[in-house]
Amino acid sequence: MRILLLALRRAASSLPTLLILLIGLFLLLQLAPGDTVDALVAQIGGGDPKMIEELRRFYGLDVSVAVQLGRYVWRLLQLDLGFSAIYGKPVSAVILERLPATLLLMGSSLSFAFAAGMALGVFSARRVNKWPDTIISTLGLVFYATPSFWFGLMGIVIFAVHLGWLPAGGLEEIGAGYTGLRRILDIAWHLVLPTLTLALIFLATYLRIMRASMLEVLTLDFVRTARAKGLSPGRVVSRHVLRNALLPMVTLIGLQAGTMLGGSVVVESVFALPGLGRLAYEAVVQRDLNTLLGIVFVSALLVIAVNFIVDILYARLDPRIVT
Amino acid sequence: MESLKRIGKSPTAVIGLILLILVIGMALSAPYLFPRDPLSLAGRPLQWPFANSRFWLGTDTTGRDIAAQIFHGARVSLLIGLVATALAITIGIVVGAVAGYYGGVVDDVLMRVTEAFQTLPNFLLLLVLVAVFGTDIKTVTIAIGLVSWPASARLTRAEFLSLRSREFVQACRTLGMRDIQIIFREILPNALPPVIVYASVIMAVAILLESSLAFLSLSDPNVPSWGNLIGTGRSVLRTQWYVSAIPGGAILLTVLAVSLVGQGLNDALNPRLKSR
Amino acid sequence: MSAVLSIEALTVALPPGADRPHALEDVTLGLNANEILCVVGESGSGKSMTAGAILGLLPEGVHATAGRVILDGRDLLTMTEEQLQKIRGARIGMIFQEPMTALNPLRTIGDQIGEMFRIHTPLGKAEIENQVLGLLRDVHIPDPEAARRAYPHELSGGQRQRAMIAMALALEPRVLIADEPTTALDVTTQAQILKLIRELQQRKGTAVLFITHDFGVVAEIADRVAVMQRGKVVEEGRADEVLNRPRHPYTRALIAAVPPLAPPPPKVVTGEPVLRIEHVSKTYRKGGLLSRNKRVTHAVKDATLSLPHGGTLGIVGESGSGKSTLARCIVRLLDPDSGSILLGGKDLARLSRAEMRAETRNIQMVFQDPFASLNPRRKAGELVAQGPMVHGEGRAKALARAKELFALVGLDPNATERYPHEFSGGQRQRIGLARALALEPKVLVADEPVSALDVSVQAQVLRLLADLRERLGLSMVFITHDLRVAAQICDRIAVMKEGVVVEEGPTAEVFTAPRHPYTQALLASVPGRTWTPPVSPDAAAEPSRPSAEPALAP
Repeated sequence: MRILLLALRRAASSLPTLLILLIGLFLLLQLAPGDTVDALVAQIGGGDPKMIEELRRFYGLDVSVAVQLGRYVWRLLQLDLGFSAIYGKPVSAVILERLPATLLLMGSSLSFAFAAGMALGVFSARRVNKWPDTIISTLGLVFYATPSFWFGLMGIVIFAVHLGWLPAGGLEEIGAGYTGLRRILDIAWHLVLPTLTLALIFLATYLRIMRASMLEVLTLDFVRTARAKGLSPGRVVSRHVLRNALLPMVTLIGLQAGTMLGGSVVVESVFALPGLGRLAYEAVVQRDLNTLLGIVFVSALLVIAVNFIVDILYARLDPRIVT
Repeated sequence: MESLKRIGKSPTAVIGLILLILVIGMALSAPYLFPRDPLSLAGRPLQWPFANSRFWLGTDTTGRDIAAQIFHGARVSLLIGLVATALAITIGIVVGAVAGYYGGVVDDVLMRVTEAFQTLPNFLLLLVLVAVFGTDIKTVTIAIGLVSWPASARLTRAEFLSLRSREFVQACRTLGMRDIQIIFREILPNALPPVIVYASVIMAVAILLESSLAFLSLSDPNVPSWGNLIGTGRSVLRTQWYVSAIPGGAILLTVLAVSLVGQGLNDALNPRLKSR
Repeated sequence: MSAVLSIEALTVALPPGADRPHALEDVTLGLNANEILCVVGESGSGKSMTAGAILGLLPEGVHATAGRVILDGRDLLTMTEEQLQKIRGARIGMIFQEPMTALNPLRTIGDQIGEMFRIHTPLGKAEIENQVLGLLRDVHIPDPEAARRAYPHELSGGQRQRAMIAMALALEPRVLIADEPTTALDVTTQAQILKLIRELQQRKGTAVLFITHDFGVVAEIADRVAVMQRGKVVEEGRADEVLNRPRHPYTRALIAAVPPLAPPPPKVVTGEPVLRIEHVSKTYRKGGLLSRNKRVTHAVKDATLSLPHGGTLGIVGESGSGKSTLARCIVRLLDPDSGSILLGGKDLARLSRAEMRAETRNIQMVFQDPFASLNPRRKAGELVAQGPMVHGEGRAKALARAKELFALVGLDPNATERYPHEFSGGQRQRIGLARALALEPKVLVADEPVSALDVSVQAQVLRLLADLRERLGLSMVFITHDLRVAAQICDRIAVMKEGVVVEEGPTAEVFTAPRHPYTQALLASVPGRTWTPPVSPDAAAEPSRPSAEPALAP
């Protein structure tokens, strides 16, 4: 009950954020040189003023900016993202087609980065300033500094081109016609490299935060209490330190959801995955602003959704959070 | 002074500093070592490194000197990193300081805007900005700065929130000091160390963001950029992988250098954490 | 009587670079069954290290280099970590100072107490639950069933400390180590916890090693006392012996620094009121528009007080009584909701921000925390010169004046070039005082100015305050939770409870004939109230300590 209330309140409080975001995007578009009609006219190679005016009326560009803003927000609230001239269908349909691949990639990367980062962070913190800690921390720094697209490309060179162990790109074997479990395995197989590539920088971050968080919690008074109770060092960590140390990690998931979505643009481009990120890239190249803004809007919703889940998770972990 | 001494003692910071000086050296020496336009045709395309003594790092798909691009690329990366970071930090400090010091409605509004920025995936926002305003190098730099400030604003705000209730700040108020003076002359110097450390993170991310944009050919095509070169090498990845590999190494080392220096700074400025 | 726990010639080394080579030097103590041994000393005396050394819970880099700690004929210092784990909790229980942070915030009270049984006994779940309930009942927690399911943040400070005690005594250890267990608590709660510890100790015959800095607490609870100074035990003996006939000069000095609860003969203050506080109220509102439970806290309710010229008005109360909020309203760090604060014909509560900035010349504040109240990045002299500079004084002149003020508050005038961290706590508090005096205010508001200081330093700062008040003709509002301090320095006393001034009057009257039940309860809770610190000859010789007469106990 407490958690449900909290969740609803948090969801409500993200509405103003979303509104600010929409208004900001709309104003940004107003700043863009030329509007939709200009782009269309340029595409069909010019047109007479009368037709242009008619087009303006058709697209609702003949009214004041404020009215346009109102209509724009109203449309978006109905999840009407407009029409993509390039793909010849509604933007929402295009996005829906591409969403699963991105969700899959994000989910797998996040799980891997979180689990591995946590494990390495705990391991590192328990051997602080000894050589395993130094090695792990250094590796973390190197991971953090590696551009993901480059790591992906080098992964392709080594594991796909030279060793032939993993596929070089795509979400699944096109034309193989796999179904059921076979298909799932095939997709998983294709996702190994992209997952590692996207997860790398987050793994480094989680590892660093988990290590720091563990060290911080280990100095707290209740850890001394636990030791004074006669708990073994291992149990002190598992029963008292771990859950407290996890709190900043959970916060981090929410904070980094956006960054991860941004990272998927590059990774999906490297591995030719049919996802949202690659769609964003294509939209920029083809100057399909409607689609691009649709993606931005959906991404924002996605980030808000992730944060919503994170808030619930956090409240479950920490009884001090009150509605 | 004490802090400088501590930086000297930390091996990570020393390695980072050496690497950073190396990259800065590359950037400064580029016009003398490679006076020609690095983006002009230099020789036969796709020569392997060390195969031709004129091009010790080889040539790319269009016959441009890779070494020249790496050296000139260092200028671009560092410059974009520095300017974008300065911009992001400035915005972040002002927003965070005002929000944290005044609290209340001001804080609410500023934090909503910050949240809105953080809700947008920063790379996507970067794509939108580039799509709308073009790929000129100045535009790209400003755009990177604009998408990078929210975290530093939050950090500054958190520092201000904890510092403003400290007794020494209250003492300044009881002495009759003005808000501006309290914010910038009394609180800011105390709030700055973690923000400065965080600047290294912003700079590392800024360099990575630019290289990602360039890799997707969405950055300025008229400047030599490491990311651009990696993108160029993609078409010959299966055979001439070095075209992509070499600039990637350069990015890695530069970002690593910045991060290491940042960590060194952190250890020096927060000695409490280090002694553990 | 044979000792349950004996510490023999224990020496504990500090890591290189510390202010001294040894935390403990040749410490020998014996703890008998069914007694409370108080280890008392100022900060840095090594009293907490003693507790850590017994259980092998010393900070990293600190370790015992010589001596033995004997429990049941076995030396704890030579035991392996696994052997020690069987002793900790089961044979020796421990209670800490801060009950909020000493409990894991993410697990329920019942779970944390039950853990004692889970690690040390083979008891089943249901049996453990029963035991936990019984323990919570033993420590007199209201509604034990609810407390068992509660998280630490849902209990009050006193209840949390009761839970801590329940946990420490769960397995009926023969030895209980209590490290400043009441320091973080309010005086009335402290009295209850001390009573509880005494009750349980007597019922179970436990040997208690009680670490404290407070001689009042010692007088309240100790059977025997050991006094520590810089890692050494300087005096040990029966409580009444040490308290009333201290032999070692250090013990004498410490005890002489304890302010007696009896106020000195009243000083006649006839001046016109310089500051009048009339019907001041301040409420805090928590939670914004979207928050479900908006809370309104009445921090100060309709407070009316007046400060006579040249007098000192004490405002006493426990935490949450609103005394600090009232102090902050007076200097306009907070804006009161209603009421007026009249100083020199002006109502401070009605002034605009800019007008108030000018008015700060006349009213200044001294803060509690000697560490947090000075900007660490400014030189001490600069800190003192800042006020006059803000009000238009030239830099050179203000800095020169700072040197004079340093001399006035008993600091070396050449120390103005140093940074705050180079000073000790007491010295910093003097800097804070110099800063406030630099503007030559009519009224000084002091918010717990000596609470963070060791007792001997506290006595010095109090003497300085009294002395300055005489010489400069200052009027002072003095906020404190410590009734002993209030008795010594205040001419009038106002007692606050939950935002309301429940009683106000001349100090002697309030102390000898308290009218309000809450004032009576407060006075009855002061630890060691029946003990009057003896006057040591060297302390009585001090002229600025006017009446340390061992007079009337209330």
